[in-house]
Amino acid sequence: MKKNRLVSRLIQMCVVLIGISFLTFLLTYLAPGDPATAMYDSLGITPSPEMLEQARQSMGLDKPFLQQYVDWIGGIFHGDFGTSFSKSAPVLDLLMKRLPATFRLALFSLGLMLIVSVPLGILSAVRQDGIADYIVRFLSFLGISLPGFLIGLILLYVFALKLGLVKVASSSVGMEQMLLPGITLAIAMASKYSRQVRTAVLEELHQDYVTGARARGMNQWEILFRQVLPNAMLPLVTMLGLSFGSLLGGTSVVEIIFSYPGLGILAVGAVKARDYPLIQGFVLWIALIYMVVNLLVDISYHYIDPRTREGENG
Amino acid sequence: MLDIQNITVAYHGQPFLQDFSLHMKRGEIISLVGESGSGKTTAIRSILGLLPQEGELVSGDILFEGKSLPEYSEKEMQKLRGSRISMIFQDSGAMLNPIRKIGSQYIEYIQKHEKLSHKAAEEKAVAMLEAMRLSEPERIMKSYGFQLSGGMRQRVGIAMAMTFEPELLLADEPTAALDVTTQAQIVRQMMELRKNHGTSIILVTHNLGVAAYMSDRIVVMQNGSIVEEGDRKTILEQPGCAYTRKLLAAVPNMYGEGYV
Repeated sequence: MKKNRLVSRLIQMCVVLIGISFLTFLLTYLAPGDPATAMYDSLGITPSPEMLEQARQSMGLDKPFLQQYVDWIGGIFHGDFGTSFSKSAPVLDLLMKRLPATFRLALFSLGLMLIVSVPLGILSAVRQDGIADYIVRFLSFLGISLPGFLIGLILLYVFALKLGLVKVASSSVGMEQMLLPGITLAIAMASKYSRQVRTAVLEELHQDYVTGARARGMNQWEILFRQVLPNAMLPLVTMLGLSFGSLLGGTSVVEIIFSYPGLGILAVGAVKARDYPLIQGFVLWIALIYMVVNLLVDISYHYIDPRTREGENG
Repeated sequence: MLDIQNITVAYHGQPFLQDFSLHMKRGEIISLVGESGSGKTTAIRSILGLLPQEGELVSGDILFEGKSLPEYSEKEMQKLRGSRISMIFQDSGAMLNPIRKIGSQYIEYIQKHEKLSHKAAEEKAVAMLEAMRLSEPERIMKSYGFQLSGGMRQRVGIAMAMTFEPELLLADEPTAALDVTTQAQIVRQMMELRKNHGTSIILVTHNLGVAAYMSDRIVVMQNGSIVEEGDRKTILEQPGCAYTRKLLAAVPNMYGEGYV
């Protein structure tokens, strides 16, 4: 990617982020419910009107809307995302504390998904309309149709309760805690991806360069691995970027089922408690991560697909 | 050298190319002409066993140097393809992987058929490109297909097809995508192949001008069957069949008398 294109992308990202931050701020401002009341509720206190008033003042909720927004944005530029009402801790600290666990789970489930879906998708395409193809297509249909929480509960029941191979809940976040949520996420994604791989490989198999390679005497394995797969994997990179982005935003349902301490649980808790600063910080994080991942995807295409370099170096 | 005996090719079980026969001597150039969908391409692809998935050789035999090609195993065919029988296409650039450099695919191809080191294979490739009068062959080796012009791509395709001095070259509309000047160059270079290496060529074209200039014999096809065949002079000067006369009448005059 050219340097000035990169710069313009970065400026674009900033504009989008500011827009998103404003919309989020507006939405939470307009949403019914009073954070001050919610805060005392979460502390188990029935507040007097004076206490509420004081709380609102300390949260800055008595100021005009725009003033609140500008204060908030100004703080962000100094690394201050505000203080969570419900947790009484800086928003940034809360997010950063949960991030490693979410990051690890995202990588783990993506890796697991690729290990399963790429070979199955290839098999399915190469044996098109054969028994293997039907089995893979049926399984992926099943995986797409079953909701994640159901798969999660089934896994939990079988592996944690019946077989006792893993603990139902645990406070640490090692490999053992990642296993079931990772598998749950991977199953849903693998179903989608194996179909995508199948479609892409089938499409590439009908390209002229495959005929060309056959005419040069290449055998089917050489054609599959050296010609078809590199091309078939190109569209997958975009999908992987989107999946990675959404995984980094936390996976609330799966995290709740497995009591996995990631960003998803934090976000759900924040919504329940009407914890405006935390919600806003979280939304901003998701917007940021999507844009960064997409930028990385675009940059990576520059290296993996020479056609996108056309016009840049001749 | 090549003896195609009454082959019938079916697509999705429906016969398409019917009862096609062709007898070819060493060093001969034969043109298959006819409109799109007349079975020209199917005929030459069936020689190499390169029919699309839904295509099938249902009857007949193809003898190459006395051996039946349909009886070859897939492995034996792979050895034959690109070494003793090569093929060039309408756009040889499109027959290369778009996301890999030409050089890497050329070297891979050479090493497939000959035990050569990477360096020796690279030298051989560069020499072949030079022989096709491509300037800056090293730069071409480092380019991707889409970075070259149509004429250059076609010459790369021919260079690759000629690497192992095949006995038979199958050319599927090799000049159709090129402008007239480049067409003339490519045609001349193909003629040199026969002169220098004794290569037999089957040329599939709907360009009667090119067919008339290059070939010893012309086979006219329509709807999957041969309607007329004969030496160049007879077909051009005394066409026996109404369809051939129509094809000849359809040739624009711009090629001048030198061609038709």
